[in-house]
Amino acid sequence: MTWILNNLPLLWQRLLEHLTLAAPAIVLSLLLAIPLGWIAYRYRLSRWLLVTLTGLLYAIPSLPLFVVLPLILGTGIRDSINVVAALTLYGLALMVRSVSDALAAVPAVVVDAAQAQGFGAWRRFWQVELPLAIPALTAGLRVVTVSTVSLVTVSGVLGLPSLGLLFTDGFQRGIPEEILAGMVLTVVLALVLDALVALLGRALTPWRRAVKA
Amino acid sequence: MNYFSEAWTWLTDPLTWTGADALAARLTEHLLYTLLVIVVSALIAIPLGWWVGHTGRGRNAVVVLSGAARAIPSLGLVTLLALWMGLGLPAPIITLVVLAIPPLLAGAYSGIDAVPREVTDAARAQGMSEWQILMKVEVPLSLGLLMGGVRSAALQVVSTVMLAAYVGAGGLGRPLFLGLKTQDYAMMLGASILTVGLALVLDVVLSGIQRIVRPRGTAAL
Amino acid sequence: MRGAGPCREAFSRRAALGHVTRLVNLWVGVTGALYGGPVIDFQHVSKEYPDGTKAVNNVELHLEKGACTVLVGSSGCGKTTLLRMINRMVDPTKGQVLVNGQDVATADPVKLRRDVGYVMQGSGLLPHRTVLQNIQTVPLLRGEPKDEALRRAKLQMKNVGLDASMGHRYPAQLSGGQQQRVGVARALAADPDILLMDEPFGAVDPLVRAELQAELARLQAELKKTIVFVTHDMDEALALGDRIVVLRAGGEIVQDATPAELVANPANDFVRTFLGMADGRRTLEVRSTPEGQVVTDRFGRPLGVVGQQEKPMEPGLPA
Repeated sequence: MTWILNNLPLLWQRLLEHLTLAAPAIVLSLLLAIPLGWIAYRYRLSRWLLVTLTGLLYAIPSLPLFVVLPLILGTGIRDSINVVAALTLYGLALMVRSVSDALAAVPAVVVDAAQAQGFGAWRRFWQVELPLAIPALTAGLRVVTVSTVSLVTVSGVLGLPSLGLLFTDGFQRGIPEEILAGMVLTVVLALVLDALVALLGRALTPWRRAVKA
Repeated sequence: MNYFSEAWTWLTDPLTWTGADALAARLTEHLLYTLLVIVVSALIAIPLGWWVGHTGRGRNAVVVLSGAARAIPSLGLVTLLALWMGLGLPAPIITLVVLAIPPLLAGAYSGIDAVPREVTDAARAQGMSEWQILMKVEVPLSLGLLMGGVRSAALQVVSTVMLAAYVGAGGLGRPLFLGLKTQDYAMMLGASILTVGLALVLDVVLSGIQRIVRPRGTAAL
Repeated sequence: MRGAGPCREAFSRRAALGHVTRLVNLWVGVTGALYGGPVIDFQHVSKEYPDGTKAVNNVELHLEKGACTVLVGSSGCGKTTLLRMINRMVDPTKGQVLVNGQDVATADPVKLRRDVGYVMQGSGLLPHRTVLQNIQTVPLLRGEPKDEALRRAKLQMKNVGLDASMGHRYPAQLSGGQQQRVGVARALAADPDILLMDEPFGAVDPLVRAELQAELARLQAELKKTIVFVTHDMDEALALGDRIVVLRAGGEIVQDATPAELVANPANDFVRTFLGMADGRRTLEVRSTPEGQVVTDRFGRPLGVVGQQEKPMEPGLPA
């Protein structure tokens, strides 16, 4: 407990570093998943291809990916871009599927009605299909958020600054409090971001709350 | 591209596989750890998941648990346990079991939960005992989803076994961390590529099994 | 062969037990027939759920052997609950249900259910088993030898009008009507004396439903099972019942009569409305037209003709 109290600034710094790795990956995977998911939903062949490819992506172990990516991206082994890129790929693996499934689950009647009222394809996507897919998207993004925050810590073994560094440092110096503090902060950060995503999803879908009330 | 060829040279060098720190032994360790963890966690999680699915008791607990477990950082758990229990196998094995239980539990539970109520009701009305309903109806119909759980658990475990080497156990993490320490990037890369290949092969094999165990006549489940 | 000893012993003991049960059943059947007493007896039966809803309220009902009794009423009238009390899928909160004189509360539910045929809406077939495997379910559960179970299954397929080539299909590969036929075959496979049918034809289209009803009537004329049939369709009740019990919401019996009595003397407006008599659909008249004697309803809509065709089959009644 004394270790924690004496090192509050360090903990805060690690938390911010952690956030700068996790947040971009989460946001990027959502932004990239929307067009990719739409393509997957729209064209059957691309669906098969994208779902298979992203499925395989998901199977790739994280630590080896952190090691291989620098070669592909031309970055150094301790560059934080590797971690963001790897975590974005994992996020994509889940989100592309979520987006295409969510779009496919929009009732055909609704899409049909929108079309009959003169919505063009572009407008229909942004104003009808995507809003109706928000609940499923939120569910997918929540899973991505929690696992991304947790996965960032693995980069600690390569020496990248994040809450993961508290684990390696605490292990090497034999300070269990440091590890414990890191774990608690990781879980809390994951849960807070998860709650934020959930709240955002709720805020964007007022029609669902109206039904439940 | 230079690094890739170096890594390839390292990977294909007979000495790598047979020398003092033989890669063959590391690969075997990696697979054995994975198998051990999956078996142990399956023995705990599958009966529990079936029980929850069949009786409907503790349903919320399972849903919350399998969601929350994703947030636990395995590196934190393994280092903490290693400080407490000492270097070696126990800490990583416990960590990996903790990691593997939620997806297995979710697979076992959700498989049973997805069996239509009218099917189990009909089975009961024909005079099947609760045990027979579980074993002859619910379990066969749930194998597809159960294998889905096994698959995602196995992939997570294969990936995370890498960390075992960080706390003094074996596996393919050994050459990776050795390479990291000695600035031998070819070795790190070679070990990484081998692990990625292993995971992909495992994924393909398990998805094949998943397709086979799904009972015929049930495309939907 | 050491391992086979206790197993065989258990088997022969079960067989002996089977003989005894069969003898008892036979005896009960014979005395029942001589005595003419009811086979299924509801004695002041009520079912109240923990939240206070009454599904069944103090029902007193005696069902005779070999007859088809139809429980009819709109949804929520407790007809399915009553039916499911017979094989202990539901236990009453008050009162007793006797089958062949025995209180079902004292029977092992699993064994009881194997002795009572059950057909449900939406067939309830096991999706991972073929038609033949589904039909063999109960005989195999009862421990009959495999070849005997298979023989019975094949016989029942023929009985319910299913082509033998369907035997190796999965339920998902059958039409709704075919699935229901398999459901009936499965219920009959162990040759139970009692057959419970819970809206078995509720989910199929009207044409197929009529066909299935006719098929059931034909089977019943031959097999003389004690059938309890639940439906919300009065036409179906009139077509199949030897006796019709009309229930209303809250699980109370409104009228208990033969089809003819029910149509001739509806007990009250509820029954009249249920029969469709309130709006004149069943107030029939005979009109002479150049084409012959035509039966019409009160609005003059033609419904049929008199006496030119052979007598329609009267389901369930002794020939």
